[in-house]
Amino acid sequence: MKHLYSINNLNASEAISILDTAKSMAEVGGKSVKKLPTLLGRTVVNLFFEDSTRTRISFEAAAKRLSADVITFSAKGSSVSKGENLKDTAQTLEAIGADAVVIRHWASGAAQTLANSGWINSRVINAGDGTHEHPTQALLDAYTLRETLAPGQKDLSGIKVGIVGDILHSRVARSNVLLLSLLKAECVLIAPPTLLPIGVNTWNCQASFNLDEALPELDAVMMLRVQQERMNAAYFPNAREYARDFGLNAKRLEAMKPNSIVLHPGPMNRGMEITAEVADSPRSLITSQVTNGVSVRMSVLYHLLSGVAE
Amino acid sequence: MSLLIKNVKVLGEAAQDVLIQDQKIVEVKPAGKISNAEEVIDAKDKVLLPGLVDLHTHLRQPGREDAETVFSGARAAACGGYTAVHAMANTNPVADTAGVVEQVYRLGEDTGLVSVHPVGAVTVSLAGSQLAELKAMADSKAKVRIFSDDGKCVEDSVIMRRALEYVKAFNGVVAQHAQESRLSANGQMNESALSATLGLTGWPNVAEEAIVARDILLCELVDSRLHICHASTKGTVELLARAKDKQINVTAEVTPHHLLLDEDFVKDYNPVFKVNPPLRHKDDVLALREALASGVIDVVATDHAPHPLEDKETEWASAAFGMLGLENALSVVVTVMVQGGKFSWRDVARVMSEKPAEIAGHQDQGQTIEPGAIANLCLVDPNIEYQVDARNSFSLSRNNPYHGMKLISKPILTIHKGKITFREKAIK
Repeated sequence: MKHLYSINNLNASEAISILDTAKSMAEVGGKSVKKLPTLLGRTVVNLFFEDSTRTRISFEAAAKRLSADVITFSAKGSSVSKGENLKDTAQTLEAIGADAVVIRHWASGAAQTLANSGWINSRVINAGDGTHEHPTQALLDAYTLRETLAPGQKDLSGIKVGIVGDILHSRVARSNVLLLSLLKAECVLIAPPTLLPIGVNTWNCQASFNLDEALPELDAVMMLRVQQERMNAAYFPNAREYARDFGLNAKRLEAMKPNSIVLHPGPMNRGMEITAEVADSPRSLITSQVTNGVSVRMSVLYHLLSGVAE
Repeated sequence: MSLLIKNVKVLGEAAQDVLIQDQKIVEVKPAGKISNAEEVIDAKDKVLLPGLVDLHTHLRQPGREDAETVFSGARAAACGGYTAVHAMANTNPVADTAGVVEQVYRLGEDTGLVSVHPVGAVTVSLAGSQLAELKAMADSKAKVRIFSDDGKCVEDSVIMRRALEYVKAFNGVVAQHAQESRLSANGQMNESALSATLGLTGWPNVAEEAIVARDILLCELVDSRLHICHASTKGTVELLARAKDKQINVTAEVTPHHLLLDEDFVKDYNPVFKVNPPLRHKDDVLALREALASGVIDVVATDHAPHPLEDKETEWASAAFGMLGLENALSVVVTVMVQGGKFSWRDVARVMSEKPAEIAGHQDQGQTIEPGAIANLCLVDPNIEYQVDARNSFSLSRNNPYHGMKLISKPILTIHKGKITFREKAIK
């Protein structure tokens, strides 16, 4: 594995190895000195063409805990907004000495283009590209699922996960469908027909238009953020109708299996896809996901930069 | 000046000798019957076609001379076997006045390489709201007959109806870029299972077909001439077949890239494959080939769309739409249609020269190869197999989607009005 721009860059054993390493990394987070010397002298560049405070600080924390130097380059107020393109920006950062580039971009495929274009030699990690993929989010979700629902297990076989909401525009859903299938979990996508992609029947998962029918069988439900502006594009009539059919509330939580869990990649629209009551319930692992995100990203950086997986 | 092409298979058939004197073909006789000429070209096993005519060419001048000029585009055209091209109106300034079309026409004449016929805009600034001075362009030195807002669709139904009616006065034709803008908003590639996987916004077939269907109805209503640019879908083919059954005066073109390439080329997000309309599903590609073979689609037109490197060397969403076509069009048609057993060389001449000349109303192009005809000719080596190298081009741009592919046959000599405008180095 040279780059991580898609879950397709991983085979099952590599994915499991990343989760296993993440578990060791998590122990560092529990210590009073939260630091390993592993990547001392390496430089990780966070190249963010789109705002994302959460993902950016998670990658920053991960790189810093491994003692890497971190440079964060945010497109707003930089030369990018003056018309400098991806190629020039990436080459400039590499000339400064980047060993790995963590890229968040509004355009689908930008990370893959950067990795394969020959513009730079650095390792490329996709921190979300358009509506395409967000592989480290899927890895941290898988890590959270494995720790909670399948401790002691290598993969996620026997677990059924529902992903609910704006699948059409979700890079989180795309990466999750690929990774859950790689790890042998069952996956069902739940949304109104307008928010399911064309050809979803060819994906390695099921699809449903009815949350209430699907819920009782799920071990975990992953609620996706639904942007209010989608309703202006007629994907659904209004926020209230959406919440009524696809929002996770306390009543629906009760309809699920007793030990089932709730995930959300954040940021949440409380009252839209998830009620405050559910978000703050003990079965919601939303803050654990954030914690696990740092461990998983440490693991990814370690695998890419220390050459372990080669 | 006399030029003898000896022993050549005219339209791929019996070997003949063709003698050209000044601008015209003066003699055509069985091989070995003509011997005297100032220059003699031995064309054994080569195929002679009427010079190719492209109905859809972006020459970018005026405005984007960094991408292409009339001169560089004309050289690329000659190299591709073309003797006439139609320069699309979406330049800067837009070719929506007699002044601009005359400028482009004159630049074309100055090259002496191909006849450059400007296409006039249908609406002022391609904005879709007010008819451009169509008659003034028709009456200008450029004698414009094809009108198109190509790059943009004439979406307003009333404007489209009026344009179709208005051009009847001078036997014009409206060439429609069929794209319903709401259904294809932000469209980045063909809408399909693949676009969903790649996370690229889809541009569905129906966005083309909805406009094609409407325009066929309008054309029937006002009894005018409609031409559909770059037909790309199976559904468009079905609509065209029905319209032709009903004797509605509609013609259509397909591009070489829509005949050869499908959406799978988008998989790696290489923007050289970003084009509008997008590369479609395999089933669409097969339907387009069948339609070209059966005559439902009348012509092959390149939609040659040069872009400088910086407009393609970028993430997919930021890249410009369009790909080159002039230099490889014939090779693509031969590789797909002749090698595929669907076409004879007569068919190649029909869809790449005769029919386009007829649609555009040119008397001096796409003629039968016989004494008295203007010598607009293209000599083809039918057996050569070559690997396309994007760097090896007369175009100023390098966005060639066929780079690295192997194609069969190549124009080796092009004659425009009796003058050699392109000669492959190996030809003596």
